[in-house]
Amino acid sequence: MAVMEHHLHEASGARRHLPMEYRDVHQSLRILGFWLFLATDMLLFACLFATYLVLRTHTDGGPTPRELFDVPGFTAETFILLTSSFTGGLATLAMRNGKKGQLIGWLAVTMLLGLSFVALEAQEFVKDALEGATMQRSAFLSSFFTLVGTHGSHVSVGIVWMFLTLLQVLRRGITPITARKVFIVNLYWHFLDVVWVFIFTIVYLSGVVM
Amino acid sequence: MWEGFRHFADTYLMWNEGPLIWMSDVLILLTSIGIVAVLTYFKKWKWLWDEWLTTVDHKKIGIMYLICALLMFFRGGVDALLMRTQLALPNNHFLDAEHYDQIFTTHGTIMILFMAMPFIFALFNIAVPLQIGARDVAFPYLNAISFWLFFFGALLFNISFVFGGSPDAGWTSYPPLSELAFDKGPGENFYLLGLQISGIGSIATGINFMATILKMRAPGMTLMRMPLFTWSVLAACVVIIFAFPALTVALALLLLDRIVGTHFFTILHGGNPMMFINLFWIWGHPEVYIVILPAFGVFSEVVATFARKRIFGYGSMVVALMAISVISFFVWVHHFFTMGAGADVNTFFAVATMAVGIPTGVKVFNWLFTMYRGRIRMSLPMLWTVAFVPCFAIGGATGVMLAVAPADYQYHNSYFLIAHFHQVLIGGTVFGMLAGMYYWWPKMFGFLLDERLGRWAFWFFNIGFYVCFMPQYALGFMGMQRRMYTYPADLGWGTLNFISTIGAYLMGIGFLFMVAQIIYSIRYGQRDLTGDPWDGRTLEWSLPSPVPHYNFAVIPTVEDRDYWWVLKQQGRTQELRPRPEEIQPIHMPKNSGRPFLMGVAFFVAGIGFVFNWYVLAVLGLLGVVACMVARAFEYDDEYHIPVEEVQHTEAALGRL
Ligand code: HEM
Ligand SMILES: [Cu+2]
Repeated sequence: MAVMEHHLHEASGARRHLPMEYRDVHQSLRILGFWLFLATDMLLFACLFATYLVLRTHTDGGPTPRELFDVPGFTAETFILLTSSFTGGLATLAMRNGKKGQLIGWLAVTMLLGLSFVALEAQEFVKDALEGATMQRSAFLSSFFTLVGTHGSHVSVGIVWMFLTLLQVLRRGITPITARKVFIVNLYWHFLDVVWVFIFTIVYLSGVVM
Repeated sequence: MWEGFRHFADTYLMWNEGPLIWMSDVLILLTSIGIVAVLTYFKKWKWLWDEWLTTVDHKKIGIMYLICALLMFFRGGVDALLMRTQLALPNNHFLDAEHYDQIFTTHGTIMILFMAMPFIFALFNIAVPLQIGARDVAFPYLNAISFWLFFFGALLFNISFVFGGSPDAGWTSYPPLSELAFDKGPGENFYLLGLQISGIGSIATGINFMATILKMRAPGMTLMRMPLFTWSVLAACVVIIFAFPALTVALALLLLDRIVGTHFFTILHGGNPMMFINLFWIWGHPEVYIVILPAFGVFSEVVATFARKRIFGYGSMVVALMAISVISFFVWVHHFFTMGAGADVNTFFAVATMAVGIPTGVKVFNWLFTMYRGRIRMSLPMLWTVAFVPCFAIGGATGVMLAVAPADYQYHNSYFLIAHFHQVLIGGTVFGMLAGMYYWWPKMFGFLLDERLGRWAFWFFNIGFYVCFMPQYALGFMGMQRRMYTYPADLGWGTLNFISTIGAYLMGIGFLFMVAQIIYSIRYGQRDLTGDPWDGRTLEWSLPSPVPHYNFAVIPTVEDRDYWWVLKQQGRTQELRPRPEEIQPIHMPKNSGRPFLMGVAFFVAGIGFVFNWYVLAVLGLLGVVACMVARAFEYDDEYHIPVEEVQHTEAALGRL
């Protein structure tokens, strides 16, 4: 809504050099709003990490991190997710160059990588559960599954969201609005990647060396 | 058939609880029928939907928040009177222990989350866009979602009273008491889901107003020219954004413990209840600053306006607000000094707590210096502001007493604490919100609230306050603990408790005067024809009351702090009147029914989780997702107000 059209009139010339998604003030305002949302989401994860750190030794005689974590499994997950963040970046780049076909292609690749990440994680969870390591078993497992599962469900939401965005690009091409949407969904994706880096180090790596 | 019905009535409608519930059921039924009948008779359904339920206008959303806050103040107040009635005499059996537990839980939760929070959001919505020269908030659609999440979260919490049973583990809901093993009923689930749903709305409001204040200010309105109320909202939004995620996590994990069977906070299998208590207060302490900072903002506006002086020490006021919002994150352990964190930890948090007193003291002195040699008018907003100063000073002093960690071993969880936090919550937040309500009421509705009835309300409420809470400091020293439902006669607490109850009833009478005042003023209140009834200083008073839905026909360019006052002094008020040739078409967001429907969907999901009816829960969540997907594909959500219409409206208001 052009509640701020006075800014628009003055600024439309000055904004022309900006990337597409920032050129219209309303779109750039939404990007700011999304950054603020990410701050809250980051804090949500921070609280889950804190809970995990407090509870990770509370295994109650059940499986310990070291027994549970499967090195090849989480390494593969890490590589896949990091790569998907890179392809997401390529999608943004294609968008900025106005290459609709490439943009759609990279979004699709990113989603596929995301899907395989989620599939691997689900497989890991199922395997753990079948071995008796369920989230009801101990406080450590409760906090582990909740932290990693929250990340995993964020990724799943991200995939659906990216798909919806892709449909809009297909239908409408690259406009200031769709550009902003592509940019934001990628921002979200990179954010999840950063969270995963913390999960990788704080949960998995230090879990297997502890 | 009859058996089945009886079973349902006893489990869900709690008919075996006796007359209190039956009466409530009847009253709720009658009220609902009454509302439906009135709406139908006057053919107001369409009006309700078009003008209110689907609105994205910040002014209307503000009014809806205000109405809810007042209703919740009433419910919380009735709870308070029930408790005080029970405590008036020793060995009293007006309420039994179970009911008393439920009532202090609902009272505390409602007062903080469903009275104080919507009250501050009401004032955010009503004042901030107008003060900064904007046509709406940054994200009007999200703003409507926030409101409906608050509304349906509050409804979910309140409905527990007649459907399933109230929560009873205190507003802090500490595990392990609040775990399934000790608290079987659905009440605790109502608490967790009601707070969760409205909490999501609060986070969104924090984000929305932060973006609004940072990005939507009129040209020339630099940060250091912003009105102090807007500054206080910015500070509160910082705290909301940083604090609420901790509540979200605390509630979610406790809910997982209760419905999935995890072991975060249980005693068995390695759970750690202290983790909940930390998470809760990492949010909980900042929360009390969230509700006090906007009150500070109101006092700053009111003092400057009614003393007709610039606020003293504007810069230090801004620094103090920001300092408070930062320090508020480093004090949470003072809620459990007695839990054995150790002397070093306790010392840190004790000192940090006392440090909050410094910026707060700066603010109080600035208000006093602003009043000094001002030409003070004691209108209602100013009256509440003046009453706030001593009340908050005493509350602050007893707060510093509680912050002395070794001494807190004596005061902890006693009536001394109860008296302290009521003194700051009522003397600070409630007085501030009432001052703000009186102050901006004409801007919202176009008429003033009657002074005479307002003074009666003021004196009853204030005298009642001291009569109610001063004896409780003494009771605390005499050993009376909080959350006791009764006490034996030989402890000598009877007299003071009786006095305290009289005070509570005086406050109740004060509230009734307020209701009378509003009803009377709707009909007979002085109309605000100028838009500037208090001789105000900031931009909102340059607009007519009530404000047209686009707010500013032409966005002003600001050149100074208290710009409207400056223009009045210089005889330049014409400059803020729109000139016909300057008016351009105005884009506005379209109304939408989706935020309301999304609230309904959350409510349905909430009920599903409360009773572990997972089909319902999934249906509700699918509804939420459907609303979000529909929004993703919505491109046509704005419209233009043509120039002629703006000109017509402005001309009708006599401004062209
Ligand atoms: C209007 C006059 C009020 C009266 C007479 C009143 C009275 C009471 C009483 C009797 C209790 C229970 C004490 C106990 O047994 O432990 C209580 C608790 C509480 N009140 Fe109030 N109150 C009032 C207003 C407020 C307001 C305005 C707020 C917040 C904005 C508030 C917040 C609380 C909280 C958080 C608790 C603690 C509940 C718990 O222990 O879980 N009260 N109040
Ligand atoms: Cu505190």
